[in-house]
Amino acid sequence: MAVVKKVPEKIARQVPFCPGCGHGIVVRLIMECVEELGYNDNVIFGKPVGCASLLDNSLDIDIFTGAHGRNGASLTAIKRLKPDTLVISYQGDGDAYNIGFAETMNAAYRNEKFTVVTINNTNFGMTGGQMAWTTMPGQKTTTSVNGRDVELSGLPIKMPEMIATSFDTAYVARGALFTPAEINKTKGYIKKALQAQSDGIGHSMVEVLSPCPTNWHMSPLEAQERIIKELVPYYPLGELKNKGGK
Amino acid sequence: MGDMVKGNIAMAEAAIRAGMHMYAGYPITPSSEIMEYMSWRAQEAGRQYIQAESELGAMYMVYGAASVGSRVLTASSGLGISLKQEGVSYMQAADYPCVMISVCRYGDGLGSLQSGQTDYLRETRGGGNGDYRNIVLSPSSVQEAVDLVYLAFDLSEKYRNIVVILTEGALGQMMEDCEYPDYKEVPFYDWAFDGKHTNPQPSQMTMDLYERAQRRNALRAEITENEQRWEAVGVEDAEYVFFAYGIPGRIALGIVDDARKRGEKLGVVRAISLWPFPQKAFDAINKDVKGFVTIETADDGQMVEDVALFAKKKGFGDVPCYTITSPPGVPKTVDVLKKFEAIKAGEVKEVF
Repeated sequence: MAVVKKVPEKIARQVPFCPGCGHGIVVRLIMECVEELGYNDNVIFGKPVGCASLLDNSLDIDIFTGAHGRNGASLTAIKRLKPDTLVISYQGDGDAYNIGFAETMNAAYRNEKFTVVTINNTNFGMTGGQMAWTTMPGQKTTTSVNGRDVELSGLPIKMPEMIATSFDTAYVARGALFTPAEINKTKGYIKKALQAQSDGIGHSMVEVLSPCPTNWHMSPLEAQERIIKELVPYYPLGELKNKGGK
Repeated sequence: MGDMVKGNIAMAEAAIRAGMHMYAGYPITPSSEIMEYMSWRAQEAGRQYIQAESELGAMYMVYGAASVGSRVLTASSGLGISLKQEGVSYMQAADYPCVMISVCRYGDGLGSLQSGQTDYLRETRGGGNGDYRNIVLSPSSVQEAVDLVYLAFDLSEKYRNIVVILTEGALGQMMEDCEYPDYKEVPFYDWAFDGKHTNPQPSQMTMDLYERAQRRNALRAEITENEQRWEAVGVEDAEYVFFAYGIPGRIALGIVDDARKRGEKLGVVRAISLWPFPQKAFDAINKDVKGFVTIETADDGQMVEDVALFAKKKGFGDVPCYTITSPPGVPKTVDVLKKFEAIKAGEVKEVF
């Protein structure tokens, strides 16, 4: 008998992202985990500035309107005041690693007990595909039209590795979405990250390598190919830290 | 008579008594004692306290905390308050209440460690992007600082608007006797996020911003009508009326008191609310007044712009407005009087 996967109850309306974008998949994974962990009626989402801010009408949960990059600070306070509520910061790489570098790092540094899920699509998606700190060497964007010159702008940033090796947090992992198996693994990372929060172990973070066909000027399939060939060798997949050990 | 308490500490204790749930901040002279006191006192009283990574971080912490319906406080000074402004604007956009204590230090940029009143326009005009106003209250004594902080939380929640306590380094550092009000037990507010999606909050991406603006304009008019605060002495028959706030407000009261004992007809309006500006104070002023004079610890004078604006509105459009500014610190009465004599002698050009 065929198994029909039910859409999580709290995803009330269609997500508004571009065809082939990874955001919709990751939001689905997060909401499946929230439901499976029993937090459907005890969850606060922090949305960023960027593509993910388009989530507004899709989820029937409390969504805090974060400012560009500042959710590390705002969700620190929300979690401290509501320690029994599942608090999730959903951010793009431009939001969390560029303009929000300080807030993201400082929340991890203090080991604030909430979960960060970041979408790494190697560019600023919403503003039209500018260079981000995650942009690959030589990658053409609207602010690196001849390809990213790492001599002038630095090497692509590996925030999860920085957090995993520098701070006493609970859980760090990086996933991808290019096959159903990878999607399932990524869901596993997200669930462990949320479980670490639920268990009060500490700060948790999952980065997801995510396609952006629109700004990469590729078909969805070409975008997934790019992730496999170009991104995964630089941004290795898997768990970087699992303090709880589950 | 109460205890002798430093202004900064008195304001922090007043916030605890007013039912503050969370403080987040970053230390900066001359406001640091608020944070130092809160670092142990909040925990003792069962409240949350966070030392933030930056002024910006602190503001976004109180933004987050307000979203779940808690009473929040932050404090800083001069450039520290400048750093907070993007978060101030976000909180206003979300209609979240917050009390922010601004203990002004003199000057632009890094400025000075000395007391000043150079941030009047920033606080009264909003400070961040967008079209909003913070309610701004300014005390002239430690006791008044306590009373205004206590009041500020209620006003902030009533109007869902940020309230700034704008004071000066001198008052933050000064010790005076004061009595504390009673403790208030305040629950988290029920309009906020509870994790159950009880109160969906519209996002700015989808809301009708013009409709919101109409609603906020009506609220702004209500605040302007209801929340003007000032103290006036001698204005009914005054030839000159001083306008001042904070410590210079006290100095002006002293000057007017002495002058009236000598038979000189001077008056003073000590503004307590800076936004809304106490325009109603003009209603009692002598129609034949010769001039308005602000006393400000600032480079060029800032409040004088509001005095001129509301003088015009209240039918005093032809009355010259002067300003007496002072270097960093506390204005000396003798210097103020010297400059005032020059104004009376026609040796000083009016600002407006």
